[in-house]
Amino acid sequence: MHKDNNAVRDEIIRRSGVNPRKCMRCGKCSATCPAYDEMEFHPHQFVYMVESGDIEPLMNSKSLYQCLTCFACVDRCPRGVEPAKLVEAVRLEVIRKQGANHLKADDIPALVTEELPQQAIVSAFRKYTK
Amino acid sequence: MQRIGVFVCWCGSNIAGTVDVEAVSEALKSEPGVVFSTNYQYMCSQAGQDIIKNAIAEHKLTGIVVCSCSPRMHEATFRKTAAAAGLNPYMVEIANIREQCSWIHKDMATGTEKAIILGKAAVAKVNLNAPLTPGESPVTKRALVIGGGIAGIQTALDIADAGFPVDIVETKPTIGGKMAQLDKTFPTLDCAACILTPKMVDVAQHENIRIFSYSEVVEVGGFVGNFDVKIKKKARYVKEDVCTGCGICTEKCPMKKAPNEFNMGMDNRPAVYIPFAQAVPKVATIDPNYCNMLKNGKCGLCAKVCTAGAIDYTQKDEIIEEKYGAIVAATGFNPISMDKFDEYAYNQSKDVITSLEFERLTNAAGPTAGKLLRPSDGEHPHTIVFVQCVGSRCAACAEKGKEYCSKICCMYTAKHAMLTRDKYPDTDVYVFYIDVRTPGKSFDEFYRRAVEEYGVHYIKGMVGKVSPEGNKLMVQASDLLANKQLHIEADLVVLAAAIEPDKSARPLATMLTASMDTNDFFTEAHPKLRPVESPTAGVFLSGTCQGPKDIPETVSQASAAAAKVIGLLAKDKLTGNPCVAHSDELMCNGCSSCERVCPYGAITYVDKEFRMPDRTTAIRRVASVNTAVCQGCGACTVACPSGAMDLNGFKNAQIMAEVDAICK
Ligand SMILES: Cc1cc2nc3c(=O)[nH]c(=O)nc-3n(C[C@H](O)[C@H](O)[C@H](O)COP(=O)(O)OP(=O)(O)OC[C@H]3O[C@@H](n4cnc5c(N)ncnc54)[C@H](O)[C@@H]3O)c2cc1C
Ligand code: SF4
Ligand code: SF4
Ligand code: SF4
Ligand code: SF4
Repeated sequence: MHKDNNAVRDEIIRRSGVNPRKCMRCGKCSATCPAYDEMEFHPHQFVYMVESGDIEPLMNSKSLYQCLTCFACVDRCPRGVEPAKLVEAVRLEVIRKQGANHLKADDIPALVTEELPQQAIVSAFRKYTK
Repeated sequence: MQRIGVFVCWCGSNIAGTVDVEAVSEALKSEPGVVFSTNYQYMCSQAGQDIIKNAIAEHKLTGIVVCSCSPRMHEATFRKTAAAAGLNPYMVEIANIREQCSWIHKDMATGTEKAIILGKAAVAKVNLNAPLTPGESPVTKRALVIGGGIAGIQTALDIADAGFPVDIVETKPTIGGKMAQLDKTFPTLDCAACILTPKMVDVAQHENIRIFSYSEVVEVGGFVGNFDVKIKKKARYVKEDVCTGCGICTEKCPMKKAPNEFNMGMDNRPAVYIPFAQAVPKVATIDPNYCNMLKNGKCGLCAKVCTAGAIDYTQKDEIIEEKYGAIVAATGFNPISMDKFDEYAYNQSKDVITSLEFERLTNAAGPTAGKLLRPSDGEHPHTIVFVQCVGSRCAACAEKGKEYCSKICCMYTAKHAMLTRDKYPDTDVYVFYIDVRTPGKSFDEFYRRAVEEYGVHYIKGMVGKVSPEGNKLMVQASDLLANKQLHIEADLVVLAAAIEPDKSARPLATMLTASMDTNDFFTEAHPKLRPVESPTAGVFLSGTCQGPKDIPETVSQASAAAAKVIGLLAKDKLTGNPCVAHSDELMCNGCSSCERVCPYGAITYVDKEFRMPDRTTAIRRVASVNTAVCQGCGACTVACPSGAMDLNGFKNAQIMAEVDAICK
């Protein structure tokens, strides 16, 4: 396993607060997941791949955005692993690597419409500064 | 002044490799009281013990110090040696220079220095030792077995066969436990009733066994060899000695709506009932929650039809007091509640059942007379999904499941799957597993037979959810090896529910002062070497109350517990431990601090008359220790604010002398 991978893995584990070693590979998360069929990597694979530092393929996979964050896997996992939090942590890793692509204050007036939720604007601001 | 002999052991190279034994025996020669000091290769050997015996005689020793291994290892050996040479065995002290010294140090200088210090401390203690004589107590030659499952039955039969009287206390109206509810039993598939009921009959007919069924232990006092126990015989409204078990009352009773617990509530029974045909004792019991006569005085039919005149609506609970020398806990297990497993729709669909319910559905004496039919519509199920580890190996939430493996479910699920395919070859059977755990004689072969000969589909993965749709159950699961999510349309889903100790075990353990683990299984005195004894003297463990077990293991442990009980009851007298607490009555102010900390309830208070100055007297309340109950833990000596409590053999002064010797 590459040393850099270890660094990324440790950061993801720290950020998510998840301990992938608790996973007993029962697959109940994947059995529960409503987005399973759309995913290339399924929740239990996510946990295993993060544990083994195999994070590149996860970052490049559409599966990251197919997770609905419904937390069904978190609720059902018998070992309290919380796979959805790992998905979120890897998603953040991708976003942070994209560079400072967050919204600039000057761009805002042009974007504001009645329908746009305020929270979306705040999130767009925060995207990289988090 | 004592005349002390010091004996330093090499333990081969175990001690001598890191401790300069010569230097130790030399250094200890000049300690106060020491008149003789030597070292030898193996002190515990016959030759070593002879050195000790000869020195005691030759140097007129009044106390000895052996610098050797842990006292847990050989204190008893050296005490016997001393006694054989006419020295009080409690004049022996061990300085542990092996486990606490040579094994943990690497260089000779440090090891030797520490060994000398430990030796000095032991010498300082022996200088203050006094001869002690253990008390003796008689043994009541009768055993109590709490719980009448296969564990309690086997233990009771073995003790009774050895010639000692045994009482079984069972909360249910009959003995038999869970095994009586099973259909066939792995790994040999003999019918549970065929092998259990003859044993139940043996119990009933044994001249040394009394059964208190429908009864509970309500109070336990006393100590090993001399327990005082109160047993509550609950009113069953039927005279046990008059009822012939003909069952006419159960036929005629008009109130037939009570859930039948023997069939896991899958059908109903009358208010007056005999749990099953082979019940022991075969006596009817009236359920006061359902009987019309007991609830509102309007019926009394059973009394009219009973030709034996056994019905007695005025019966009251009865308390029986009995003395026992030994007590065996055999309170067994229960499957956990499935209420927290909404994902498996147990409470939404009648066709999602537990494995114990499945046993009743396939049992010829069960609600369907042994035909496997769906509880909802009585149809034959064509697709059955078994889910293993439901609530077992679950560390996420203590409210929901158990962290441990329940041990029996892999095997009984293989059994259920195999028997289903055998009887109904047109049925598709799926088993979802995380791991298949089959250690045990002929166990893995059994599981492989289910797969290879009977074509059971074993799929590695868990079921995520079960949703009732029409008269089907939609099962969503993962197949980890194929990396697929499966959707199976099932007719019946069977959950292998985790097992847990009976809820009554915790209050019982409190009465027995026996310890339990965090899961409420009784703890054994040593996990490997004393697996059937509780740390509390005189209390023994049998069956699943100690941990998950199948029948072969339960029976082995039950017989092992019986052997321990027989060993105890065969003794006429028990030698106590003289290292017990006592209070200095002149210092005690009767504050009750010690009583509150004593885990064994050994301390009481007495009002005593004391001489005061000028020929007056005063009555004061002082602590008094029951030396037969005291285990010498020393908690009271620490709690006592006036320093009145002291422990024989471990007096405060002795401990302080040791500390002083170490710090000198
Ligand atoms: C679905 C299922 C299938 C199984 N199939 C098999 C199989 O095929 N082969 C096999 O080897 N094993 C099998 N087992 C395991 C088997 O049932 C147990 O190993 C066995 O029943 C344990 O016996 P026990 O006496 O320890 O406990 P239990 O059978 O639970 O008996 C305990 C008894 O104590 C009584 N009791 C409880 N508390 C008190 C109290 N406070 N005072 C007085 N009495 C009390 C209870 O009423 C009960 O009668 C199966 C288990 C299940 C759940
Ligand atoms: S449910 Fe939990 S323990 Fe099971 S595979 Fe998923 S993350 Fe691992
Ligand atoms: S949170 Fe994501 S991974 Fe977990 S079950 Fe929902 S969709 Fe699947
Ligand atoms: S008196 Fe009670 S138990 Fe007897 S027949 Fe009537 S309802 Fe049944
Ligand atoms: S015995 Fe098998 S089914 Fe039962 S908890 Fe253990 S692994 Fe799971």
